[in-house]
Amino acid sequence: MRLTVTHHKPKIRWHIIVFLTPAVLVYTSVMIFPLFNTLRLALYSQFEQQRVFVGLQNFQTLFGDPIWSEQFWNALGNNFWFFFIHMLVQNPIGIILAAILSHPRLRFAALYRSAIFIPTILSFVIVGFAWKLILSPIWGIAPSMLDAIGLKFLYAPWLGKEEYALTTLSLISVWQFVGIPMMLIYASLLAIPDEILEAAEIDGITGMSAFWKIKLPLILPSIGIISILTFVGNFNAFDLIYTAQGALAGPDFSTDILGTFLYRTFFGFQLQLGDPYMGSAIASAMFAIILIGVCIYLFGIQTRMRRYQL
Amino acid sequence: MHTARTNPLNTLAMHGALILYTLIALFPVFVILINSFKTRKAIFREPLSLPTADSFSMIGYQTVMKQGDFFLYFQNSMIVTVASLFFILLFGAMAAFALSEYRFRGNMLMGLYLALGIMIPIRIGTVAILEMMVATGLVNSLLALILVYTAQGLPLAVFILSEFMRQVSDDLKNAGRIDGLTEYTIFFKLVLPLVRPAMATVAVFNMIPIWNDLWFPLILAPAEEVKTLTLGSQVFIGQFVTDWNAVLSALSMAILPVLILYVIFSRQLIRGITSGAVK
Repeated sequence: MRLTVTHHKPKIRWHIIVFLTPAVLVYTSVMIFPLFNTLRLALYSQFEQQRVFVGLQNFQTLFGDPIWSEQFWNALGNNFWFFFIHMLVQNPIGIILAAILSHPRLRFAALYRSAIFIPTILSFVIVGFAWKLILSPIWGIAPSMLDAIGLKFLYAPWLGKEEYALTTLSLISVWQFVGIPMMLIYASLLAIPDEILEAAEIDGITGMSAFWKIKLPLILPSIGIISILTFVGNFNAFDLIYTAQGALAGPDFSTDILGTFLYRTFFGFQLQLGDPYMGSAIASAMFAIILIGVCIYLFGIQTRMRRYQL
Repeated sequence: MHTARTNPLNTLAMHGALILYTLIALFPVFVILINSFKTRKAIFREPLSLPTADSFSMIGYQTVMKQGDFFLYFQNSMIVTVASLFFILLFGAMAAFALSEYRFRGNMLMGLYLALGIMIPIRIGTVAILEMMVATGLVNSLLALILVYTAQGLPLAVFILSEFMRQVSDDLKNAGRIDGLTEYTIFFKLVLPLVRPAMATVAVFNMIPIWNDLWFPLILAPAEEVKTLTLGSQVFIGQFVTDWNAVLSALSMAILPVLILYVIFSRQLIRGITSGAVK
């Protein structure tokens, strides 16, 4: 700031400071500072009621100790499967629904749109318990419905079987969140100017081929954004697994993901005492994973994607 | 487009697909709601039929009312959500105005700094947040939740609102300045009313995640008197797992407020998403 002794207006524009301070203060003290403090805490441990600096020892335990590392890789692997199912099921269904909804003369489009979005607004507690009840062998809704279409042999207590539980929960989460890719893709489909589609139509490109050859390339940037949103959302997911399967992410940790692993480690459960320092180490690992994902998107995908000026 | 012809078969297929998916989306909600009004026997015997005069029962709701303090939970959720939204909008709009209106050194950097939080989930910092809340005595208070949700909502709010504020005409603001209005008056009296649609979008985007969050209530405010509706129903259902009437009624009571809010705000929400405010 230059100080001038002449009778000019004072250089400090206080209103800028007044406008910025509350947001910067809350954001810095409640979000950014704890974030870095958590990364720092990962380098400490507790010995006889004292906080001691231990360097990378927590990470050594996390990746080296067989008990810890097995849990960590299990949670990470499950998390990738969780993400994989979302990418494979949620986003294609979202795109298909959006493509149908954006059809110019479809009636009741607004009604369908609002109805399909309803699961997205429900809390995980509702979604988790509702599906738990519906899939429960005690209540018998799922088996009797499968029976009605002659597929009863397919039924199994999916949430209780190690080999199906994680996939079932992923599909429940897909059911809940399909509304988001649907809406975002729908918005970008509506943004395609009619002239482009008309020009294509004159060239004889309509229907399915218009979708594949013209619309899909134009909505690729939106699909990229949805993928990274899904990635970040999945890698800090916790609530659904916790409400449906509890902190132990049963059966036998088969649905454990990084969020539930972090919760158990940091907060403790039943017999295990909470350990904030190991918790910080896991949180740091999650931070690294999310950061890598975001960087791959920002530098690897987004910059290379071809954007068309509409 | 007037030239495109639609094959009636195609139309039929499109409606078929949409109706099928709508049924999949609404079926669980429907099953929970109808069964919450039935007797225990009817819940198990005829889970898919509507409650009849014979099978109608409010026993589940009575248990919920007696055992759980749902009005308190609801009130807590309301306070947390409304207060967080208020601060997100006020602080977010103020910061967005500073960034979009004035040129000053570090403007770009400040914008980038505030945008960092769009991609990084605040949950990563939970360990240190809890430590801080314990140290300041804010643990088990609604204020702790309000602070966390405000911090979480600010980055996107600043980003969206500053995009909109750039579109407010300079002539208007300069006319105000010539009339001797202070910068504060210009912000509150001229600019804020003009970006009201964008504020509504930001509010609706933030409302649902705040209302539905389980993580922070569980960790920062698990005490009975500060439980939010989401946490309260989670704990309640956990305790009453075998009482199907109570569980179904508790679920329905948790669904209802969100559904009502959605009916009121769905147009705003959908317009917000489809206007491409989030890119």
